[in-house]
Amino acid sequence: MASIVMDVMKTALDWVPGALNAPFARAVLFGVPIGGHYVVEALLVVVILFLLLQKSYKPPKKPLTEREVDELCEDWVPESLIPPITEEMNYEPPILESAAGPHTVIKGKEVVNFASANYLGLIGHEKLIESCTDALDKYGVGSCGPRGFYGTIDVHLDCESKIAKFLGTPDSILYSYGISTMFSAIPAFCKKGDIIVVDDGVHWGIQNGLHLSRSTIVYFKHNDMQSLESTLEKITRENKRASKMRRYIVVEALYQNSGKLAPLDVIIRLKEKYRFRVLLDESNSFGVLGESGRGLTEHFGVPVGKIDIITAAMGNALATCGGFCTGSVRVVDHQRLSSSGYVFSASLPPYLATAANTAIDLLEENPVLITKLRKNVALLWRGLAEIPGLSIASDPLSPLVYLKLKNSTGSFKKDSQLLQDIADHALNKDSVLVVASKRSTLDKCGLAAGIRLFVSAAHSESDLLKAAESLKRASELLLAGYN
Amino acid sequence: MITIPYTTALTTLFSYGLLFAFGQLRDLFRKFVEWWSSSNLHGYAPICLGLEDFYVRRLYLRIQDCFGRPIASAPDAWIDVVERYSNDYNKTLKRTTNTSKCLNLGSYNYLGFAAADEYCTPRVIESLKRFSPSTCSTRVDGGTTILHTQLEECVARFVGKPAAIVTGMGYVTNSAILPVLIGKGGLIISDSLNHNSIVNGARGSGATVRVFQHNTPSHLEEVLREQIAEGQPRTRRPWKKIIVVVEGIYSMEGELCKLPEIITVCKKYKAYTYLDEAHSIGAVGKTGRGVCELLGVDTADVDIMMGTFTKSFGSCGGYIAASKEVIEYLKYTCPAHLYATSISPPAAQQILSSIQVILGEDGSSRGAQKLARIRENSNFFRSELQKMGFEVLGDNDSPVMPIMLYNPAKIPAFSRECLKRNVAVVTVAFPATPLLLARARICISASHTREDLIKGLEVISQVGDLVGIKYFPAEPKKQQEEGRVKLE
Ligand SMILES: Cc1ncc(COP(=O)(O)O)c(C=O)c1O
Repeated sequence: MASIVMDVMKTALDWVPGALNAPFARAVLFGVPIGGHYVVEALLVVVILFLLLQKSYKPPKKPLTEREVDELCEDWVPESLIPPITEEMNYEPPILESAAGPHTVIKGKEVVNFASANYLGLIGHEKLIESCTDALDKYGVGSCGPRGFYGTIDVHLDCESKIAKFLGTPDSILYSYGISTMFSAIPAFCKKGDIIVVDDGVHWGIQNGLHLSRSTIVYFKHNDMQSLESTLEKITRENKRASKMRRYIVVEALYQNSGKLAPLDVIIRLKEKYRFRVLLDESNSFGVLGESGRGLTEHFGVPVGKIDIITAAMGNALATCGGFCTGSVRVVDHQRLSSSGYVFSASLPPYLATAANTAIDLLEENPVLITKLRKNVALLWRGLAEIPGLSIASDPLSPLVYLKLKNSTGSFKKDSQLLQDIADHALNKDSVLVVASKRSTLDKCGLAAGIRLFVSAAHSESDLLKAAESLKRASELLLAGYN
Repeated sequence: MITIPYTTALTTLFSYGLLFAFGQLRDLFRKFVEWWSSSNLHGYAPICLGLEDFYVRRLYLRIQDCFGRPIASAPDAWIDVVERYSNDYNKTLKRTTNTSKCLNLGSYNYLGFAAADEYCTPRVIESLKRFSPSTCSTRVDGGTTILHTQLEECVARFVGKPAAIVTGMGYVTNSAILPVLIGKGGLIISDSLNHNSIVNGARGSGATVRVFQHNTPSHLEEVLREQIAEGQPRTRRPWKKIIVVVEGIYSMEGELCKLPEIITVCKKYKAYTYLDEAHSIGAVGKTGRGVCELLGVDTADVDIMMGTFTKSFGSCGGYIAASKEVIEYLKYTCPAHLYATSISPPAAQQILSSIQVILGEDGSSRGAQKLARIRENSNFFRSELQKMGFEVLGDNDSPVMPIMLYNPAKIPAFSRECLKRNVAVVTVAFPATPLLLARARICISASHTREDLIKGLEVISQVGDLVGIKYFPAEPKKQQEEGRVKLE
């Protein structure tokens, strides 16, 4: 029995290659001679395809019984709402007992204040207070409604047209909070499928807007125009559909996280070359840069119309709260229905809009504030020259003076702790309030930590020198081991 | 649950169909024109995309005048509405210097703190003089004044939680704090009608978001069971944590949250609760402490209590109240605390003073009167509207009462006719509501007098007859009168 099987096997095995080879040995298909092995391979392919097309085995799906679900629910243990509180989380900010002007009071002691972005020194300005008082009497504090539903007060409209007129744009739109301006404006114009090229040092408000927009985000190196150009080049080259998508470059005029100035002339050149739109955040430069404080565009002599969307927080130079976005009529009108932070939130308290109005008036009437500010920045720079262990990372024009460690410890946390110690020392010993940068765990910015000094036009020469001297002493003392 | 009458649904759909068809037709013509005058923005994709823009251009612009009406006064019981005109078929509206005095049934001025107040305003102005309108700094840098710390203590005490953190905008409170509490691997279960700020915060957090049927605890339980049993999608790992987000009063529905039932469900399944009291804090409850007080829920059972100051307190900003540890963590890492300008000191003072009034710490009983007043006013107005045959949504005690309009043509008609008779109402349509469920929304204030309300009711009744929105039969007149007598 076995031998018969063997025999059959043997003859079959003998026959197979012969049978396969023989008829096709010289067969030529489309000019390709087909050897027998091709047939085997073809058969194999067919078999594989057949197997692939079969439904894969799936265990029959039986819904869990109620009991099982009960057990799973019973067994499930959630994580705690927050991670355990550690020592480093415990930080008590200084508590101000008077206005955050160039001089303020902390723990009953007068200190020089470098923590407020009160660039033009408008905090405590008589005219500002006066106009706010009138507004409070007339309008009360809050607006009690979103802009769509009787939350539009006439001063909002006045303020919007005033900002537009000041900047030379067709229209502008007010937001009730600075940080919400960017993260609402970006998703209003960028959706899934759009491309955004963005500096990797932008602040959290922008990062959040990018995230919410669900667009494709491409980062370029902080303030590095070569990196920007190669990124734009790459996107345009690689993406055939790029011309059909909305493409944006998002930059800050003056970076909150580094004090660097964006080279707008280069950006405009690149934008026009690759046909991207530009979204510019002027939060720290509005009212500061340019001859008359119109911001980065004025500083570089770029017509404001070349920038498609400009946003700014009003909590800095204008010494009020809220933010605005400005651009073409189309850009502004679109936001009035599509920008979630505008539509779904109560409008800016009217007295703050009045304050913005007055602040712009004051700025227009006193361009000397800007020159004074610039002089003060230069003074501080001179004072901080040769400060041990630290270096100035910000632009010489920036009123946000950013001091970085010369030798970083390699960890943001340690750096910022070290810098915080310097700041504490300056406050406790010399009554100078400066701040070390802090970073949220949600913030993706990877720039180095620093001490930030917000210079104001209202600082006197002695304030600036005092701060510089104090920082020098503190860093000498505390950074001795790090040089 | 709203059930639309069959014919109404049909006519509504038909109207939208008609609007859509004409819109498309006009777009077609526009395309030709644009093709003629080829735009100079060659090489850029259009900045506003087709369909979202379509809605604005072809539907919204027609009735633009019903929204964003500027006012020239405080948003008190009576407001000066600025008249506007248009020379280009409503495309742009120009302001005039004329105003008309209208009864305000639109602002969230629940307790009447919007206008100058004998107790609050002098203190606010004093703070303004002392602290200026802004600190120009963030809370962790130089933006914390003694007002801010006082405010946080005061809010925590008022809400009934150990600690609180305050930001300068309610919207940001939600959208910047949810991402701190939960991230990838977590699950947010959100009421289907939650406010956009919650939706945005949930989206920004990176957590998975599931929705449960509006205010339906049984469905919430179903979703919770299903999600816990299934775990994370694909990996099937158990969820790290689950946060259930609900609102105290739903601002587009006027409904109170079924908080006790929801809390029971959440406790059973170990989910954390996040309660947004934007519209309820200050407005309901015996001492104004919101839905927890009204519905008898222990605040210790709600993990995160959020609220805003833009409504009852007549100020701006928002808060989170929770355990000491949670607040400490938020203060350590919440972007709104670290990066945003701190709340304007005078606004902080307004909140402090108004809470003092509510609690009677100003030495008067004005706060208690205001609270009694808003409750009386709301219930009176609601029951009168119902008697007239309007389809009114929402629960008793809620100061928000939507009146259903449905048809798109009735939106501007109702709004304009009311305005003509000096009553300012809010109409809400898509996208704030589902397409078919357009409505008018009345917000009652403690500063409304009984005469104000009666005038409002008369006008709304007249306009209701005119526009045809009394979807239910009216109660006989006599009974109505009796009802009113009883209420008074
Ligand atoms: C439920 C809810 N949450 C948050 C907000 C936002 O608050 P704010 O207007 O202070 O930004 C609102 C406002 O409309 C709201 O209704």
